Amino acid sequence: MTTAEVERETGGAGFRREIRDWLEANCPPEMRDGASGEDAICWGGTSWVFSCEAQKIWLERCAARGLTVPTWPKAYGGAGLTRDEDKILKEEMQALGARSPLDSFGIWMLGPALLKFGCEEQKLHFLPPIARGEIRWCQGYSEPGAGSDLAGVQTHAADQGDTWLVFGQKIWTSYADKADWIFALLRTDREAKKHLGISFVLMDMRTKGISTQPIRLISGSSPFCETFFEDVEVPKHQVVGTVNRGWDVAKYLLTHEREMISNGANVMVSGRSLGAVLSESETGLSDPVLRGDAMRAEVDTLALEMTLERYKDQSEGGQGVGDASAMLKYMGTELNKQRLELVMAAEGSNALTWQDTPASSWLRTKANSIEGGTSEVMLSIISRRILNLPGYETWQNSFKQKKKSCCPRPPVVSSQNPRQSPDCVRAGCGKALRPRALAGNGRCRMGRRACPRGG
Amino acid sequence: MAAAGWAGVLVPEEADGSDMGHAAAHVLAREMGRNLTVSPFLSTAVMAATLLRQLKDPSSNGKLKEIAAGELTYALALDESAKFSPENVELTAEKRGNGYILNGKKRFVIDGCDAERILVLAKSDEGLCLFDLANTTKGLEKTPLEMIDSRDAADLVFDNVELSGDALLGAAGSGYDLLKPALEAGQAALAAETIGLSEAAFAQTTDYLKERKQFGVTIGSFQALQHRAAHLWCEIELTHSAVLNAGRILDTAPDTATLAVSVAKARATDTAQKAVQEGVQMHGGMGMTDAFDMGFYMKRARVAAEWLGDYGYHAGVVAQLRGF
Ligand SMILES: Cc1cc2nc3c(=O)[nH]c(=O)nc-3n(C[C@H](O)[C@H](O)[C@H](O)COP(=O)(O)OP(=O)(O)OC[C@H]3O[C@@H](n4cnc5c(N)ncnc54)[C@H](O)[C@@H]3O)c2cc1C
Repeated sequence: MTTAEVERETGGAGFRREIRDWLEANCPPEMRDGASGEDAICWGGTSWVFSCEAQKIWLERCAARGLTVPTWPKAYGGAGLTRDEDKILKEEMQALGARSPLDSFGIWMLGPALLKFGCEEQKLHFLPPIARGEIRWCQGYSEPGAGSDLAGVQTHAADQGDTWLVFGQKIWTSYADKADWIFALLRTDREAKKHLGISFVLMDMRTKGISTQPIRLISGSSPFCETFFEDVEVPKHQVVGTVNRGWDVAKYLLTHEREMISNGANVMVSGRSLGAVLSESETGLSDPVLRGDAMRAEVDTLALEMTLERYKDQSEGGQGVGDASAMLKYMGTELNKQRLELVMAAEGSNALTWQDTPASSWLRTKANSIEGGTSEVMLSIISRRILNLPGYETWQNSFKQKKKSCCPRPPVVSSQNPRQSPDCVRAGCGKALRPRALAGNGRCRMGRRACPRGG
Repeated sequence: MAAAGWAGVLVPEEADGSDMGHAAAHVLAREMGRNLTVSPFLSTAVMAATLLRQLKDPSSNGKLKEIAAGELTYALALDESAKFSPENVELTAEKRGNGYILNGKKRFVIDGCDAERILVLAKSDEGLCLFDLANTTKGLEKTPLEMIDSRDAADLVFDNVELSGDALLGAAGSGYDLLKPALEAGQAALAAETIGLSEAAFAQTTDYLKERKQFGVTIGSFQALQHRAAHLWCEIELTHSAVLNAGRILDTAPDTATLAVSVAKARATDTAQKAVQEGVQMHGGMGMTDAFDMGFYMKRARVAAEWLGDYGYHAGVVAQLRGF
């Protein structure tokens, strides 16, 4: 059904008018510039500094009506809209050039996971502050030794009765230094198979023992950190879902993260055609090779937009698109990288300085096909879960083959304070511990992996 | 096909059609692509029907009835060079009394040997004119082409072909306006056929990956092949979306369908090329034989790529409509 047909059947025309009037009356003029880039985003949280009073007012007004998370139930801070109503809202916001009032990992990642796996108290406690933009969340998944092989996380949570005692390290934690809370994957059972010993745990970043260290990106900005946990006490009720079954929560959340990234990748040029943007460069699209590449990118962009719409129509009640999110993420991010390559090529030497050029956006897009699972991992997911091709050994047997580490705790290492301890010091072990490269600014190398407690 | 209402899928009900619309026609075309069905469906049931139903006169209504009944077939004589360029017409129509004299050549006319009637665009003093003539008309010479996809196609020579005034469809000078909706309907349906073909070639390839063993394992466990297969699946998904979108817009807002149709045809062309090339490669030596249908898919995909505009033609339309 087209939106127009839906409106006729559900009385959506009335809803459209209502929303249009509300937006007209409530969206401050400064928030109507259609901006959607990194600078325009309102992330919220206790340490958030609003770019202007209008940004604050816009957030408060939307939050009061549940419009920061339109499809969430009203009890958790949403507006309880259906997918079709949400579509109308988005269309009206776009028509007005209204900025998104709030974007956050809470909205895009943790929220859907809590809605599905959280208990009622957790939903009532954690969701409304996300909807109001009061609490900002970060994602503690990756570790130095667990990137694509995410189920290999080693940050350990020891059972202490009423609490967990957490020790270990996360890396690439986006905005960890600005976040209020973290959702993290912790190893709660070292004996079990690797996917079956992980729990999904929520932690207040102000808890004693948690610290962060920013890492610089090639684009010049520093949006992510190393996050350290040194004997952090966490109440047991902060586990989401079943203990040791956190992998299910983690995977579900990842499908939403991938959808978010594919949407984000598309937003960067939506509304205006890439070719039209490129034509405005100093020498335009006079180069036939560039022109041909731009035409191809344009066709693919349109087909991707049609696909995003099709999948959204198919996915019911905000459940997300499941494994196909791997496809949206892979195609969206690869295309986005290609588009920024074309922008750089069209701008020529004009793009080679930092000030007011696409250079940093261009560099930032390179992370799109790494964060949230690499393109290669997306292709593996598609081949196994959608095409049912046989899984390859490394994926399934890596846990069985891996010898259990003699070290009772995972190592903590930092780019700033490499600890020099090349060998495991436990009597009779003496295993050489491999150095790890830290990709942060491309210059420094990580120190040696150490067994911090001497085994 | 006629009994099932397929031939009349785009024929109005008053001319005994089932008038199910373009999206429905695409479902059929996609199945035909999967099965490599040889049929005048696209030329006749999609393009000629779309063209004739615009005219709303008794003669066209009669022809539409025959189409719906499966009793009349059409071919569209479009190309004059090796590439699709429907507005560039050299074939001439000279006014003679009440009628016209046609002179010139058309190439790569799909269904050109067997179709009972031919639709042809000609250049006249009054602008482009569209004619509808029997394939037995005197002065019309047909040279059958031995096509790589083994289907019916012909080169046509019009040597002083005499037509009466009622062979002219619509007003003189309005030929291309009449033809354009039919071309778009055909392009979208061909895209649907082509996505069906891609899906079938892909399914056969993934089956083979799960079945063929080398080095003691099924070849589908090699990541080098898995990732290529997964990528192809992504391409097919995007193209499928474009085809569905084109069908929806042709049914709801046909006047604005050009962009949607060109995205679908461009994507379908490109995806099919990838699907058949990867298909042959992943079948190894087997892919180079007729033991599997892969070679047939490849040959059909090549013809479908050129018919009604290739990738470059449609990407060019997209670029123009998107402002560059
Ligand atoms: C900008 C940015 C923000 C991020 N934000 C966060 C965050 O907030 N929280 C968080 O937890 N993490 C975050 N990450 C981390 C991100 O999820 C990881 O970088 C990613 O999962 C890849 O892991 P890795 O860096 O260890 O690469 P590796 O896993 O070491 O991969 C290196 C290369 O090997 C390939 N490879 C690995 N395994 C396979 C395989 N089985 N088959 C084929 N190829 C393979 C990869 O595709 C890649 O090309 C962020 C990353 C970036 C770049």
